Amino acid sequence: MTKIHIPTPLRQYAGKQATIEIKAGTIGDALSGLISKHPDLRRHLYTDEGKLRAFVNVYLNDEDVRYLQKEATAVKDSDTISIVPSIAGGAAGLTIS
Amino acid sequence: MATITETKPATAVLNNDEILRYSRHLIMPEVGMEGQQKLKAARVLCIGAGGLGSPLALYLGAAGVGTLGIVDFDVVDYTNLQRQIIHTTADVGRKKLDSAAEKLKAINPFLNIRTFETKLTSENALELFREFDIIADGTDNFPTRYLVNDACVLSGKPNVYGSIFRFEGQASVFATEEGPCYRCLYPEPPPPGLVPSCAEGGVLGILPGLVGVIQATEVIKLILGTGEPLIGRLLLVDALGMKFRELRLRKNPDCPACGTHRTITKLIDYNEFCGIRGEEKPVEAGIPEMQVEELKRRLDAGDDLFVLDVREPHEYQICNIGGYLIPLGDLPKRVSELDSSREIVAHCRSGVRSGKAVGFLQQAGFKKVHNLAGGILAWADRVDPKMAKY
Repeated sequence: MTKIHIPTPLRQYAGKQATIEIKAGTIGDALSGLISKHPDLRRHLYTDEGKLRAFVNVYLNDEDVRYLQKEATAVKDSDTISIVPSIAGGAAGLTIS
Repeated sequence: MATITETKPATAVLNNDEILRYSRHLIMPEVGMEGQQKLKAARVLCIGAGGLGSPLALYLGAAGVGTLGIVDFDVVDYTNLQRQIIHTTADVGRKKLDSAAEKLKAINPFLNIRTFETKLTSENALELFREFDIIADGTDNFPTRYLVNDACVLSGKPNVYGSIFRFEGQASVFATEEGPCYRCLYPEPPPPGLVPSCAEGGVLGILPGLVGVIQATEVIKLILGTGEPLIGRLLLVDALGMKFRELRLRKNPDCPACGTHRTITKLIDYNEFCGIRGEEKPVEAGIPEMQVEELKRRLDAGDDLFVLDVREPHEYQICNIGGYLIPLGDLPKRVSELDSSREIVAHCRSGVRSGKAVGFLQQAGFKKVHNLAGGILAWADRVDPKMAKY
């Protein structure tokens, strides 16, 4: 089973779990397996056109899958997948006009 | 906004008081007299004097970074004090800049503190950055993140980045000559509303401390030219599991800001880029609203109203008006608990989530639903001043 790290902002759509284990052959398999378990995650991970969203990065171990074979990247049971969305929090009240 | 007239000092000689003050730096070979003089000559601009900016500015000031600039236009409020440790209870209502500058001067009178009471904008960013060597990004929103990044790339200044959400943080060093920039990591921001902000999502008070101190460490390493800065690495901090993980970042050759064929050659409209047009409308058009005074009057008159609270259970514990609790996220699967023949008033904290709930219920065929305008905060302000606000 490959372990998928769910980032804090998305845990509310994944049964509040921090990690989820999925049996998968590729990154794409792992993500579809994850979405079939937790359908609410779909719109956060994919656009309406079915493309992985640009502000969500997927890592296989410490490598960005955009620089591997993207969703076709092969995964092993010992691998860890991380979903890393952009977060902006910090100081309160600072916005630009 | 202050005008920038000073130039970088060519040499920064330490007087005897400074030598004593920095002695624990001076006796370690990684800093020494040469390093401490580099710190004194350095000019660092902190964007924001809030959660990340507090520890960042405090440690940089204590460490002897000679010129410390701060950009902020906010005032201190009570909800800041849980994490923005440069400000105290007595500072509530003061400008964050005045409060921060006072603390920094008290810690280290040798600092040259430069405050800029302004929003960072596409019009002023490059001019502000010109007089500094390193930019530390302690902001809380996507438009400013992209603005800081692009302005750093355009002016060739490193962007020491930190970001937090609840109990998770990210840190990196972007926009160095050889390393990736923020856009290499995230080419596009999320559409508004898809990722909750700190105000909606909350943040563990110590987390900006952890991440801001990591940023301060990186700033100091860049100035000293020592160690291995977080260039090309994204550090993920999970305070709950107390785990630090590291991901490899690559410079994207197709990056519009720092790639080989750059399309961003000047600063753009970052609100437009992030899909924010003017004031964000918290509630979509077509959502019927009810004011808190009307709700109070009708409840007192014994009208048959069903009050639906769509906040989370832990928020209900802080304060409530006796509504029936179904968190917004659970509404689709629990909609059968509601009686569509009754008149329903939905509320949350400020009216945004309950607006979404009303929109959902309308689509599900509910005809008599209202959104309580301003949420339980408006109730506390205008109906029950004894109620706790959060």
